[in-house]
Amino acid sequence: MKSTGVVTGIIANLVTVEVTGHVSQNEICYIDLDGTKLMAEVIKVTGKNAFVQVYESTRGLKKGHTVEFEGHMLEVMLGPGLLSSSYDGLQNNLETMEGVFLKRGEYTSPLDHDKKWEFTPVAAVGDKVTAAEWLGEVKEGWLPHKIMVPFSFKGEYTVKSITAKGEYKIDETMAVLVDTAGEEHIVTMVQKWPVKVAIGGFVEKPRPYKIMETGVRCIDTFNPIAEGGTGFIPGPFGCGKTVLQHAIAKQGDAEVIVMAACGERANEVVEIFTEFPELVDPHTGRKLMERTTIICNTSNMPVAAREASVYTAMTICEYYRAMGLKALLLADSTSRWAQALREMSNRLEELPGADAFPVDLSAIISNFYARAGIVKLKNGQTGSVTVIGTVSPAGGNLKEPVTESTKKAARCFYGLAQIRADKKRYPAVDPIDSYSKYLEYDEIIDYLRERVDKDWVEKVNRAKNIVRKGKEVSEQINILGDDGVPISYHEQFWKSELIDFIILQQDAFDKIDSLTSIDRQEYMLTLVLRVCDAQFQFESFEDCNKLYKELINIMKQMNYSEFKSEQFNKYLEQLNKILSNDK
Amino acid sequence: MTSKAFQRTYTQLEAITKATTSLKAQGVSNDELATVAGRLAQVVKIKGDTVTLQVFSGTEGIPTNAEVEFFGEPPALNVSDELAGRFFNAYGDPIDNGPAIEGERRYIGGPSVNPYKRKQPSQLIPTGIAGIDLNNTLVSGQKIPFFADPDQPYNQVMAQVALRADVDKIILGGMGLSNDDYLYFKQAFESAGALNKIISFVNTTDQPPVERLLIPDMALTAAEYFAVDKNEKVLVLLTDMTLYADALSIVSNRMDQIPSKDSMPGSLYSDLAKIYEKAVQLPDGGSITIIAVTTLNEGDITHAIPDNTGYITEGQLFLRQDTDTGKVIIDPFRSLSRLKQLVIGKQTREDHNQVMNTAVRLYADASNAKTKLENGFDLSDYDLRCLDYAKEYSTRLLAIDVNISINEMLDTAWELFGKYFTKPETGIKEALIEKYWKDNK
Repeated sequence: MKSTGVVTGIIANLVTVEVTGHVSQNEICYIDLDGTKLMAEVIKVTGKNAFVQVYESTRGLKKGHTVEFEGHMLEVMLGPGLLSSSYDGLQNNLETMEGVFLKRGEYTSPLDHDKKWEFTPVAAVGDKVTAAEWLGEVKEGWLPHKIMVPFSFKGEYTVKSITAKGEYKIDETMAVLVDTAGEEHIVTMVQKWPVKVAIGGFVEKPRPYKIMETGVRCIDTFNPIAEGGTGFIPGPFGCGKTVLQHAIAKQGDAEVIVMAACGERANEVVEIFTEFPELVDPHTGRKLMERTTIICNTSNMPVAAREASVYTAMTICEYYRAMGLKALLLADSTSRWAQALREMSNRLEELPGADAFPVDLSAIISNFYARAGIVKLKNGQTGSVTVIGTVSPAGGNLKEPVTESTKKAARCFYGLAQIRADKKRYPAVDPIDSYSKYLEYDEIIDYLRERVDKDWVEKVNRAKNIVRKGKEVSEQINILGDDGVPISYHEQFWKSELIDFIILQQDAFDKIDSLTSIDRQEYMLTLVLRVCDAQFQFESFEDCNKLYKELINIMKQMNYSEFKSEQFNKYLEQLNKILSNDK
Repeated sequence: MTSKAFQRTYTQLEAITKATTSLKAQGVSNDELATVAGRLAQVVKIKGDTVTLQVFSGTEGIPTNAEVEFFGEPPALNVSDELAGRFFNAYGDPIDNGPAIEGERRYIGGPSVNPYKRKQPSQLIPTGIAGIDLNNTLVSGQKIPFFADPDQPYNQVMAQVALRADVDKIILGGMGLSNDDYLYFKQAFESAGALNKIISFVNTTDQPPVERLLIPDMALTAAEYFAVDKNEKVLVLLTDMTLYADALSIVSNRMDQIPSKDSMPGSLYSDLAKIYEKAVQLPDGGSITIIAVTTLNEGDITHAIPDNTGYITEGQLFLRQDTDTGKVIIDPFRSLSRLKQLVIGKQTREDHNQVMNTAVRLYADASNAKTKLENGFDLSDYDLRCLDYAKEYSTRLLAIDVNISINEMLDTAWELFGKYFTKPETGIKEALIEKYWKDNK
C-alpha cells in the first residue's frame, strides 16, 4: 500500500508534507493540486513531516492538498529508443508533449511503446545468467542494443525461455528467468533504474588505458582525455565553453553521446535540435542525432529537475556502457546543477558552506564523476563512460567552490582564459594552466607510443615547453621593448606563437580545420617542431617577425586544406622552400 | 489589479517585518495575491495555518489589526489589443488616465516554452547603429543587455534602437526609472509617432522598490500575448535589471535567506533566467526579443548581477566613452552578440564576416600602438596608420549616433581599409578584395 500525506507548508518549491505511513529518503511522490499531479522528491524527513522538493511550479498549492508516495526513487526508463530522443531532466519526452508551452503535471513516456524492434536472442534456454548479462539484441539505428538481465536482479538466474527472433514491442516478454528459489521473472526490453545509484554489473573498472579522440587539437595533442576518463572545462562567459562542448559532441570518438543541457540557454539547445539531425557523424557517416540523446533542462525550467538532469544523463550513459559501448557524457553546465543544490539547501535552512553552497558539495561532485570509467564486462568486453563537464565560475574566478570541487574529482582540466578569448584565440583553452593527468599514466603513455608515435609524449612536452618559454619572453619583451631584448627572444616568442596558431588554435566553424584526426595531429606537431628546430639568421627583430608570420600563414592554410591534398602539398612545398634557406 | 468577489477577510496580524506580515488564515494558496490595509501583497510562505505575505510597498504604518483580503489568484494582467499605446504601473493598472483594459485575464510569470518547440532565431533586426549591426548583429528571439555605467546614456540608446527596429510591438519594462527618464521615453515614443505600438509598464524611483519585481513578468505577459496569440514580432526593453536584482536581494534579506555572492540571493541565476529565457522565436512566426540594461559599478563585470546575466543572455553590448574622439561608442572588444553568426553573410552581404573581423583586428592593433606610445616606445609607420584609422573607425562606425544601412557600414569599412592599409595588411580573402577594395589613397 502506498503511503499518503497532506501538504502543511510551502516555501517556493519546498513543500512540507505530513505523512501517514512510511517514506524513504529520495522517494518520489505526487502532490494533487486540484487534479494536476506535481512530481516531487523527499529530501528530508523529521518525525511525521517529509520535506519534498517539487519539480514544478507550486503556484496555487494549498495546505491540505493530498500527496501520494510512490515507494521508489526517481527512476529512468531504459530500453531501445533512447537514442535521438530529447528529454527534460526527468526523462519526459519533449517531442511528444502537446502545445508550445510546457504544462506542469504533464508527463510523457520516454520510450515509444508501440514501435516494433527486430529482436535477436543471444542467450539460450538453460543458460545461467546474472544482472547486466546479455539476453538478446535489437538494432537501434545501427547500434546493437543489448537486452540485458535487469540490473536490479540479484543472484543467479536460469533462462527458462527466450523469445525467438522477430519484431516485438518493448513491453513484450523477451525472456523468462527463474531464480534459485524457483520463482519466475519476466524480462521485457525495458527496465527501470534509480538515477542517483550507479549501475554496476561489471567485473572491474581498470585505470583508463587509452585516449578518446575528439579531433580538437588542444585536447588530443596537448592534454588528451582518456576513454572512461573525466575532464572539465571552466571558463567565464563568452569564452567558448559551449562551442567547445558542441565540437566535442560532433566529433568525439564515441558511439553514444548524451548531452545534458543543464540550466543553460534554450537557444543553444535549439541549435542542437536544428543541426544534429543534419550533421554527419565523421566516424560512421550517419546523422549525428542517431547517436545522441539530449537531456534538456534549460535555465527557465524547474530548478529541482535541473539537479536530476545530470543524473538522468549519467544513468543513460551507464546503460549503454553495460552493452559494451563507448558513451560520452557532456554536461553543460555543472555549475547550474550546483546552484540548484544551493537553492534547496538554502530553503532547508542548512548551515551553508563556502559561497552559500551546501557543505557536502565536494562529495556530491566527486560521486558524480566517479561514475565515469572504462569497465570490463562479464563477457570480457569493455564499455566506457567518459565525462566532460563545464563549469561557469562566478566572475570567472576559479577560486570558487564548484571549480575547486570539480578539480579534485576530474582528471583533465581545460581552463578557458578570458585573455585568449579577447584575442579571439579559439578554443580559448589555456595551454599552460590546463592539464591532463592521464599523460602521467604509464598505460596511456604506452598506448600513445603505439597508437601515435614512439616519441609522442616527449614531443608534446617539448611543444608545451616552447609555449611556456614563449610566455616568459613575451613578458620580457613587453617590459623592455622590442629593441631592448636580443633577437633570440623574439625567435622564442614566435616559436610559441607558431605552436599557438597552428596547433592550439582551431576554427570550430571550418569544415576541415574543426576536425583533425590523430594522424594529422601527429604530422602537424612533428612538422611544427621541425620548423621550431630550423636555424635562421635575422638582421633585426622585424625580419624575425616577418618570417614567422609568413610561416604561420602558410601552415594555417595547410590546416584549412584537406590532409595531404594537392593544395596541402602546395603549401608544404612553400614551407620546405623557406626551411631549406635556413642557417 | 481588480479583485474578485468572495474575498476572505482577516484582521489579526501575528508578525510584521519591514517587508512581510504573517497571519493565521485558511484555504490560502501559494503565490496568491492579497491586500494588507489596502496595499498589495503576495503569499510567499505557508506554514501550517500561518501565511506569510510580502507587502510590495513596504509595511510602514501597518497595524496589527490591519484588514487582510485574499484574492484567490496570483498576479494577473488583462490582455487584449487595447494594451497598445498604454502606460501601466507595476500592478498593470493604467497610469495614463485611460480606461481599464478589458480582455482575457492571464496570470503573469506563466510557464516556459517547450525548448523542442522553439525555432532557431534567424531574423536580423537592423538598428542603424554600426556598433550593433556591423559588429554585434541582433537577431529576433535574442536576449541581450547593455552593460553600462550609470552615467552613460543607455536609456537614450535603447529608445533609439527600439524606435528604429522593425518590430510590431515595443514593450517597455521600466524598473526604478527616474521620473525624468520616464518622461524621456514617453516623449521619445510620442514624437516618433510610434505610440500605438508601444506598451509601457513603469515603476519609478519614487515608488517602492519591491513593486519592481512585478514589472518584467507584466511586460513579458503582454509580450507573450502579442507574440503567441497574434504572431507578432515583439521587442521588450527592460531597464534597469540591476535595480530589479537589488529588489530581489532586499526581499530575500528580509525573509532571512542566506545570501551568496555580493549579498545577492542564491537563486539570482534562476530568477534572472526565468525572465530572459522568455525571449523566443516561436514556430508560427511570432517572436520576443529582449534588450535590457544592466548598470555596472565602475565597469565591474565580475559582480554577481552582470556575471549571472552574462551567463544567461546571448551576448552583451558595452557602452564606452572613447576619449580619443569624445564619442560614446559600442566597445567592439567586450561586446558580443552570440547569435550574429546566424544572420551575417546570410541576410547581409557576403563580405560582412571578414570586414567585421578585420576592422576589429585593426582597431586592436591601434590599441596596442597606443599602449606602446604611452610606454614611450617608438611607433612604426603601421602603428601610426592604425591610430589614424582607429579615430575614423570610432567616429564613423562605432559611435552610437551613427544611423546608416548595413551595406553603407560595409562600404565605409572598405573605404577606411583602402585609406589606411595595404591589401595584405587587411588579410582579407582574395576574392572579396577584388570585388570590394576601394583604392582611395
